[in-house]
Amino acid sequence: MKRNLILGGLLSSLVVLAALISFVWTPYDVAAMDIPAKLRPPSMTHWFGTDHFGRDMFSMIMVGARTSIAVALVAVGIGMALGIPLGLMAAARKDSWLDELIMRGNDLVFAFPSLVIAILITAILGPGAVNAIIAIGIFNIPVFARITRGAALSLWEREFIMAARVAGKSQARISFEHILPNVLNLLIVQGTIQFSLGILAEAGLSYVGLGAQPPVPSWGRMLADAQTMVSLAPHMALIPGLAIVLTVLGLNLLGDGLRDLLDPKLRVRRS
Amino acid sequence: MLRYSLKRLISLVLSLAVASLVIFFVIEIAPGDPASFMLGLNAQPDTVAALRSELGLDVPKIERYLSWVGGMLHGDFGTSYTYRTPVAQMVADRLWVSLPLALYALGLSTLIAFPAGIYAAARRGKPGDMAVMGATQLGVAIPNFWFAMMLVLVFAINLRWFGAGGFAGWDKGFWAGIHSLTLPAIALALPQAAILARVMRSALLDILGEDFMRTARAKGLSRRQALWRHAVRNAMIPVLTIIGLQFSFLLAGAIIIEQVFYLPGLGRLVFQAISARDLIVVESVVMLLVFAVIAVNFLVDLAYAAVDPRLRQRT
Amino acid sequence: MKIFRHPRSLTSAVALVAALGAAPALASDITVAMQLEPPHLDPTSAAAGAIDSVLYSNVFEGLTRFMGDGSVVPGLAESWDISEDGTTYTFHLHDGVKFHDGTTMDAEDVKFSLDRARAEDSANAQKALFAGITEVEVIDPLTVKVTLDAPNGSFLFNMAWGDAVIVAPESIEGIKQHPVGTGAFEFKEWVQGDKIVLDKNPDYWGTPAKLDEVTFKFISDPTAAFAAVMAEDVDVFTAFPAPENLPMFEADPRFQVLVGSTEGETILSTNNKRAPFDNKLVREAMAHAIDRQALIDGAMFGYGTPIGTHFAPHNPAYVDLTAQSAYDPELSKKLLAEAGLPDGFETTLHLPPPSYARRGGEIIAAQLAAVGIKAQIINVEWAQWLETVFKGKDFGLTIVSHTEPMDIGIYARPDYYFQYDNPAFQELIKTLNVTSDPAERTAMLQQAQKIIADDYVNGYLFQLPALTVAKVGVQGLWANAPTQATDLTAVSWAD
Repeated sequence: MKRNLILGGLLSSLVVLAALISFVWTPYDVAAMDIPAKLRPPSMTHWFGTDHFGRDMFSMIMVGARTSIAVALVAVGIGMALGIPLGLMAAARKDSWLDELIMRGNDLVFAFPSLVIAILITAILGPGAVNAIIAIGIFNIPVFARITRGAALSLWEREFIMAARVAGKSQARISFEHILPNVLNLLIVQGTIQFSLGILAEAGLSYVGLGAQPPVPSWGRMLADAQTMVSLAPHMALIPGLAIVLTVLGLNLLGDGLRDLLDPKLRVRRS
Repeated sequence: MLRYSLKRLISLVLSLAVASLVIFFVIEIAPGDPASFMLGLNAQPDTVAALRSELGLDVPKIERYLSWVGGMLHGDFGTSYTYRTPVAQMVADRLWVSLPLALYALGLSTLIAFPAGIYAAARRGKPGDMAVMGATQLGVAIPNFWFAMMLVLVFAINLRWFGAGGFAGWDKGFWAGIHSLTLPAIALALPQAAILARVMRSALLDILGEDFMRTARAKGLSRRQALWRHAVRNAMIPVLTIIGLQFSFLLAGAIIIEQVFYLPGLGRLVFQAISARDLIVVESVVMLLVFAVIAVNFLVDLAYAAVDPRLRQRT
Repeated sequence: MKIFRHPRSLTSAVALVAALGAAPALASDITVAMQLEPPHLDPTSAAAGAIDSVLYSNVFEGLTRFMGDGSVVPGLAESWDISEDGTTYTFHLHDGVKFHDGTTMDAEDVKFSLDRARAEDSANAQKALFAGITEVEVIDPLTVKVTLDAPNGSFLFNMAWGDAVIVAPESIEGIKQHPVGTGAFEFKEWVQGDKIVLDKNPDYWGTPAKLDEVTFKFISDPTAAFAAVMAEDVDVFTAFPAPENLPMFEADPRFQVLVGSTEGETILSTNNKRAPFDNKLVREAMAHAIDRQALIDGAMFGYGTPIGTHFAPHNPAYVDLTAQSAYDPELSKKLLAEAGLPDGFETTLHLPPPSYARRGGEIIAAQLAAVGIKAQIINVEWAQWLETVFKGKDFGLTIVSHTEPMDIGIYARPDYYFQYDNPAFQELIKTLNVTSDPAERTAMLQQAQKIIADDYVNGYLFQLPALTVAKVGVQGLWANAPTQATDLTAVSWAD
């Protein structure tokens, strides 16, 4: 199944590349309005057409990729930075009150309706990319905590860990020196999936107006802007929508490909 | 078993207590005052003060928290600031839309996902499997609000097969109600179906790889027979868990879809209440949702433990 | 159907209809959609315009009332006498007016309503309308005398507001859920989150309504609004939220589009107390940085009339001062340099939810950026806007439409959120309030418009249009919105 990896890698790097290039070059200034030239369909001068303010949509999609990637990446980072240590701790002290506390806390976060909480967070802190990151990041913590704990638990039973314990290493040292490297593959795969979910979540939040604020372009808000113009200028809704679909698709395929590549158990089973 | 149940029950109660604290105080720090929101730009300060005391907003927060929790313990969820009707009744009204919608979407997604998942598992690695998996990849990647926009454009505005939104009301008859929930249910069901189909397929493949299945095959059952007789039934546990999760997601997570189709559901109630700072409604509804999920998890855990005694020691 | 009492005439009527071909029976009900749902149904204790949009004139009536052209005419009071000194108004009420619960509307109800609105613990959102009233006396069941502490040129106008409608003590308890008024329609049901249904009042005292049933539907999402009209789920959409879709409706033979004017002056509200906006040169520079036509084209798709001061252009007293703040970015830069800010400055721009503000804000931020003013956009909900901007006065710039009719008087309140403090202007408004001679009032209103335009208090953008989409055949709708109302008492379907 190398195909997943290749196609996913291609799509993902295309998006990343567009985002990186946008730092130094876009066909037009993303903020430049040209109201008489609004709602133009795609053409040679504007490859993806113009929006309701006459802005160049190709440039906006490029810079929008930046917003999506940044928000999703930092949110996954938050989830990993907090979730992995929590998961390692819970696994190291299996069945202790600490484990119980962490796992119940996880369940509790999972129990909250995520979109409602995201809306609340922005009602309290005001809308903005940073608050979208927090809202998405919070729900990433239990995901990583749970998956880390699950994988770490089985490792603690293994002989090489036993050996390290006998050698007198502390639980924290074992967790970071021996457990973490062995669950890393799994975390990378999960990270890719959470990253793609983060892209979707960012689009959803900025679609309801809770993500990055104008004039910073974001795909979700481009869709929100397009919603009343669908019949006038279908490209305004189609292009950002396709950008989201292709990005998420690419990341998911990449995740699947990576799993096949990194997870020996699955590879054995497939053959 | 009893000891285990008791332990889980205590942690359930503790979780709910923590949740109520978090919900109440997080929501209360949101800037904005329901009274000034209702009275608008020209209101005089004394009018706002009068309304605040009428609504009971001049009472200290701790007292309001205690009376909120106390009320909930015997089924009183308070009275909405803006609508001035009991929250319990508002929630009940909205559930008549949200619950059928969630069930409808879940039904659709199951109807699509089961055959798709089983088919893909049965033809693992063959073109049929690839096609189904490709479709589910696409399904997972499509944002449901965008899909909803496209559905409205095609089926409501251009083809006019369905109304653009709104809810006919069950008093207009069962089919009228179902008809007005169809597009939203499809929009919600598609991504869920994609996830479910993938879970179904991988659960089946996991089971097909297990020893008892090999034994079954060795005893002369064909791959297909083995799949149907043993695997599907055994794959139900992970699949039902996912369905349970999806149900609670659909109940509250349909906010955006309810907005696009202007359905008077639970999600939209919360959304409106947040913007009007009708805090008591937000607090009570969020609490109810959290309670529902925690309670379902609790029951699932107990059920698992009853089936599999090993779990009792592990957790 | 009362005409056809005998079976025979019923048969012949059926035959007649059949002979005429499949002539559809004239519809006697209508579905009217709007964006916002009322929080409750008492217009006398909330500011929500949505309450008046459903109930004003349809269910509730006041002593006087607004007509579609903005004029004030007799309502429940058929006439009135004003004393020489202008401080007492004696209202003569219509005879035989009944509330929907069957009780009679009389002078006691008027006294109850006015006293309730001006009471200490009143929850009336426009308490200022009643501020001058010192006493309300019942002379006889059909006569009521209102005494003011000073003459008030706009008292009859004030009494026409939705916040001044007449309610009854018998039904006040349940008014928030079940409104009982005197209008041509009576309340039937409210499905929260969805719709409100009104029925024709068979015992109406005035000209009876032509429709039998009216359904108000609440569709907050602009896309859904467009889809609902296109799919003919609704017959009328008032205050249509997406002007970009109107040309499509205009081109469609199924629909008619009514473009009128509202009382909403849409302004770039400026915090006059905060530096650098306390400098008139800076405010003047901003005024010249704004291209109103681009703004109206971009945010409103061409609908809306440019304004140069805080006054409705359809008002006879309006003065066109737009030239004074014409688009001239070079002049703007020069003024900024003169004010000591040649490189511009940074500020915030708070934007409430309506699309005029959100879209208009993006355009204005871009236009200000062109002269060096970096306005950081902060999108807020109304609750937050009220808290931070309106009450907290913690803002630099904001865009909002002031929809109250004749509200230039807010510039005489130095503690009002944009904090304009000009004693000369305050004096002028004080005199205006006690003047009742129309010509003198017009002159003063014009002078007031000029003062605030000369001071560039706020950026004056455009008058918010009243945009209504209706099916062809619906007649009798208000095109303009002199107050928040959807008066359906004269609406009918054409043959």
